[in-house]
Amino acid sequence: MAIHTIDRTAKQIVLTVQEYSLFAGRALMNLFRPPIYWTDFLIQCDVIGVGSLPIVILSGFFTGGVLSLQSSATLSAFGAAAVTGQFVSLTMIRELGAVLTGIMVSGRNASSMASELGSMVVTEQIDAMRALGVDPMRKLVTPRVFATITMLLFLTIVADAFGIMGGAAVTVFLNHQNGTQYFHMAYEHLRYPDIVQGLVKPLFFGYIIASIGCFYGMRTTGGTEGVGRSTIAAVVNASVLIIFVDFLITHVLLSILPS
Amino acid sequence: MTYAAIPAPQPPPVNAAQGPVVALRNVAQAFDGPPVFEDVSFSVAPAETRILLGPAGVGKSVLLKLIIGLLRPIEGSVELFGEEISQMPEEKLFPLRARAGMVFQEGALFDSLTVRDNVAYQLIQERVPDEAIDARVHEALRFVGLEQTFALYPSSLSGGMRRRVAIARALIHQPELILYDSPTGGLDPVTSETIIELIVKQRDVRATPSLLVTHRLQDAFTLCTHHFDSEEDRMVPLPEGQTNRNTTFLMLNEGHLIFDGSLDELVHSKDPFVREFLE
Repeated sequence: MAIHTIDRTAKQIVLTVQEYSLFAGRALMNLFRPPIYWTDFLIQCDVIGVGSLPIVILSGFFTGGVLSLQSSATLSAFGAAAVTGQFVSLTMIRELGAVLTGIMVSGRNASSMASELGSMVVTEQIDAMRALGVDPMRKLVTPRVFATITMLLFLTIVADAFGIMGGAAVTVFLNHQNGTQYFHMAYEHLRYPDIVQGLVKPLFFGYIIASIGCFYGMRTTGGTEGVGRSTIAAVVNASVLIIFVDFLITHVLLSILPS
Repeated sequence: MTYAAIPAPQPPPVNAAQGPVVALRNVAQAFDGPPVFEDVSFSVAPAETRILLGPAGVGKSVLLKLIIGLLRPIEGSVELFGEEISQMPEEKLFPLRARAGMVFQEGALFDSLTVRDNVAYQLIQERVPDEAIDARVHEALRFVGLEQTFALYPSSLSGGMRRRVAIARALIHQPELILYDSPTGGLDPVTSETIIELIVKQRDVRATPSLLVTHRLQDAFTLCTHHFDSEEDRMVPLPEGQTNRNTTFLMLNEGHLIFDGSLDELVHSKDPFVREFLE
């Protein structure tokens, strides 16, 4: 009985991965074949990008602040409090800006995509769209995927900038250190590989967030309860996958572009 | 009462030479378990209206979805407009589906769009100019008697109004086939009659072939025994004993198609389930 359950679960996982791969591949390929719904793309850019701006600004600013608080205490012990700016900027740009923005946007938008599309599935609106001769993959999924990829790139830049400003605020107002020195250190030790690393990641994270959100939304079954399950699955899987893919990308990029 | 398919003031008989609009052959469907139905075969000819009867949960809506390729059968073949679609890739199905109209059980209106945008959905995708869209939406809404709802959202409509908007959405493109999935389910008798009148109007005025799923015998009989009088602009009964000869019945029960024939054959059927269903 237990083996049967394990066997069935394993098959279910493999099937889900296979279905997700096909789904995500189709969403990507649709951008290169007409019709392309540019209006829907712009609407989603507004919903995902502009809509996520406040949470990204706030999370970026306070993360930079916390980094500054924590690091300056440790660095002071070695007489290196002056490099706080370098520490905060490198950490934000290479790692935390992209990952935090990815997770924040995942919480906000993967859930909204899963619940919106899931509700459309259970109320037969997706079937109605197909019956009207419109491909929901092109109309609903592809614009969301490309809008998320595009906007996450800019949101990450915003998070990086506000993170560095948060660090500066703590450095100047709480730690009473020199602001010019902070910004000088933050800028002086930055290298192109660091920026490339920080800007490649959101492209992958955006793709993960939207494709997973839409995937779980489009395979919703079981009425309103099913919509809830899809929403949870979308947020959990997108967040975990972002952290896992972050590890892989960091590993690959560090071997290609050593700092 | 004996019903005879005597020619009445009604459309010309079905032209079999044109070939069926829909043809199902030995179709079976299942979802992770025993078959919902199997060995189902029937066709819908041009200008023909077929009424699919059966108890709730027997797979009537599933059958409708198979016909326009929203689901794929596990066995058998489905022909739509002369093309075999059971194995057809989704991409190729979209243009075929666009030639048909479907009215879903609960309307399935897009709740984030206004009535105008819902009804005009197909036209908007085809980038028809706004003025032409507005004119055609007004015409479609006038057909279902809901012109005043043009700018409203579906959430502010009643259940019956939503069904009528769904009918307008299905009809605006002048489809070559209409599928109605329980269009009167859960509605009060007066609203149901309004919906049936619209279906009769579409059948008699535009002669669009259709397949209507219902478990309400009263609606099915009304469709068969009434016609739309264009001069009076309302549905009127056919003369006593006459029925619309292009309107025929199918009955699905326990996974099989147990009846395929006219109203007269239905009421005289010896099948115990058909008798029980009618009584």
